[in-house]
Amino acid sequence: MGQGIDFRQRFLQWFLKAGRAARPALSLGARSTMTTPVPAAPGTAAEPVADPKASVPVTTGRSPGRLMWLRFRRDRTGVASAVVVAFFLLVAICAPLISWVYGKDPYTQYGQERPGLLNEFGYPILPNGGISPEFWFGLEPGLGRDVFMLLVYGIRTSLLIAGAATVLTTLIGVVVGITAGYAGGRTDYLVGRVIDILLSFPSTLFFIAFMPVVESVFVSAQEETPTWLRAASLITVLTMFGWATIARLLRGQVLSLREREFVEAARVSGASPARIVFKELLPNLWTPIIIQATLLLPLFVTTEAGLSFLGVGIVEPTPDWGRMIQRGAEVYRDDITFLIFPGVAMVIFVLAFNLLGDSVRDALDPKTRR
Amino acid sequence: MYHFLVRRILGALVILLIITAVTFFLFFAIPRDPARLACGKICPPETLELVRHNMGIDEPVFLQYWHWLAGIFAGREFTYGHCDAPCLGYSFVNQEPIFDAIVDRFPTTLSLTIGAAVVFLLFGVGTGMIAAARRGRAADKIASSASLVGASMQIYFVGVLATWVLVDRLRVLERPAYHDFTADPFAWAGGLLLPWLVLSIIFTANYTRMTRSSMVEQLSEDYVRTARAKGMSSRTVFLRFAWRGAMGPIITIFGVDLGTLLGGAIITEQTFSLHGIGELSIKAVVNQDLPMLLGVVLVSAAAIVVFNIVVDAAYAVIDPRVRLS
Repeated sequence: MGQGIDFRQRFLQWFLKAGRAARPALSLGARSTMTTPVPAAPGTAAEPVADPKASVPVTTGRSPGRLMWLRFRRDRTGVASAVVVAFFLLVAICAPLISWVYGKDPYTQYGQERPGLLNEFGYPILPNGGISPEFWFGLEPGLGRDVFMLLVYGIRTSLLIAGAATVLTTLIGVVVGITAGYAGGRTDYLVGRVIDILLSFPSTLFFIAFMPVVESVFVSAQEETPTWLRAASLITVLTMFGWATIARLLRGQVLSLREREFVEAARVSGASPARIVFKELLPNLWTPIIIQATLLLPLFVTTEAGLSFLGVGIVEPTPDWGRMIQRGAEVYRDDITFLIFPGVAMVIFVLAFNLLGDSVRDALDPKTRR
Repeated sequence: MYHFLVRRILGALVILLIITAVTFFLFFAIPRDPARLACGKICPPETLELVRHNMGIDEPVFLQYWHWLAGIFAGREFTYGHCDAPCLGYSFVNQEPIFDAIVDRFPTTLSLTIGAAVVFLLFGVGTGMIAAARRGRAADKIASSASLVGASMQIYFVGVLATWVLVDRLRVLERPAYHDFTADPFAWAGGLLLPWLVLSIIFTANYTRMTRSSMVEQLSEDYVRTARAKGMSSRTVFLRFAWRGAMGPIITIFGVDLGTLLGGAIITEQTFSLHGIGELSIKAVVNQDLPMLLGVVLVSAAAIVVFNIVVDAAYAVIDPRVRLS
């Protein structure tokens, strides 16, 4: 009980602090004169976790990363969405643990094995898609797998593919963009035209059209395509059409940075191109790179699900949200519950990530006004 | 202007040539024999040869591509009959000329695009303007949060859910279907209303955000301050000056979106079982129907590049500072 009050007090204090901190303009242009906008709240003594630094005016010596973190921490929406995203990540990582505690797995067809769960048409007998203390989110119509487990393992599929595609896309985009911008001349022209052409491709159509092509590079048509290969093909296709945007953006940034005095100074003092790129240019490019990556990940999550929805993504039996929605769209008139769970889960995840991306953007680049 | 158009059109043609060539040659990377698929399960070798010849796939790949290209301008002779001048080939899966199939499906895609574009331009730009005018106040906060939620929606989920709620349960909307506009405009609008609304959710959200930020940026410009300082009412400044300045980026994005949508809103069409270009392209991929895929790719890519040119030209008309070169 005592702990409960303590927690409430702390929450109230945090809430007030966050509210107060959000109001003053974040004047970060004058870094040296900046003081922490949180004056020592009355009753700090009662607060057990009061940040000792918070009450002392700090005047100098904050790294850009620390400043970004301070700005981010004040953003309530950002912190909340970060918690949601972290929750999804945690669920994805702990999927086997959850499966073990819950006592079920995403592959066993409970409805098929046990009578009394599905009716003769393959729909759950219990109302609301067969939600029961045993099957928390109900059963899949037809095969009768556990929806909760499908959802939990589906996050893994989504995040793995979207994450890998994001990393690869960003990497290729950064390398190509910086190279084109820094090298200039013929290289720049050539890369520019390739980007123009790639951006004129009808992308969804090409995602669909290229899936069989990429797959056939790895396996012949007769063989069964293994799941990892399907995933690899998806990542390849997403990356192939994704890097152009980020490359174009970075190329533009490098073009303007290249003419700046500090780069010139480095060049005059005999720095190698590698040093200029990594030590002079790259530190100035982290903000656009991170912003682009935070935009890409939710985009890839929805694109991957969209492809699975269209029937060209991940195939059975690997759990996948897009395919769950596809199946849900087939049976929605008889069992809407099966559509709701993956759909809502996806909206929450994408929304949380978009909000997080916005907050990170604000924290990294406080000059942009929204 | 004239020079600009000629140059851009030539550039667009080169891009289309490259895109179709890439599609063509990459599809040959798939080790599948369309003749065998067309011929059926029991297929004697001589019949197979004949089918190959009829399909024109016994020739070298380069020659096939050349014939395909030439067919667009000069028409082609197939053993199945003559194919008139804009000939995009013959689908051996659907047993019909590609051009006819696309012409047949195009009204659906066009209707979907036009309706959705009207909805998202009206609501998106409108909400964005209101949010910018009421910046920092309740209306702005509601609009901004709503647009964030809207941008996180997925058509394949919201579409099915909306169909369930509005069509199956509440029965306030008709089941999505395409009816010919010339035959019955009301049935046309009624059947497409739900797809329009659902397709425009994400677009509306994006246009709200873009319009808002573009307006906010314009309102902080010097010319706005000057206009206000000389005594112009803020309403006039907002509607006559800032608005015009803010529309530039919106028009650019609008052109790109319009081009993409005209190439087939694949997921929307699939969600609502509409038979447009997008659905045609899915079928082409699933059936390994290369001629059909090529036709759809050409149309989709053409829509994108054409609208890019239109946007650039329109930009110069709206903003006289932009020089076409």
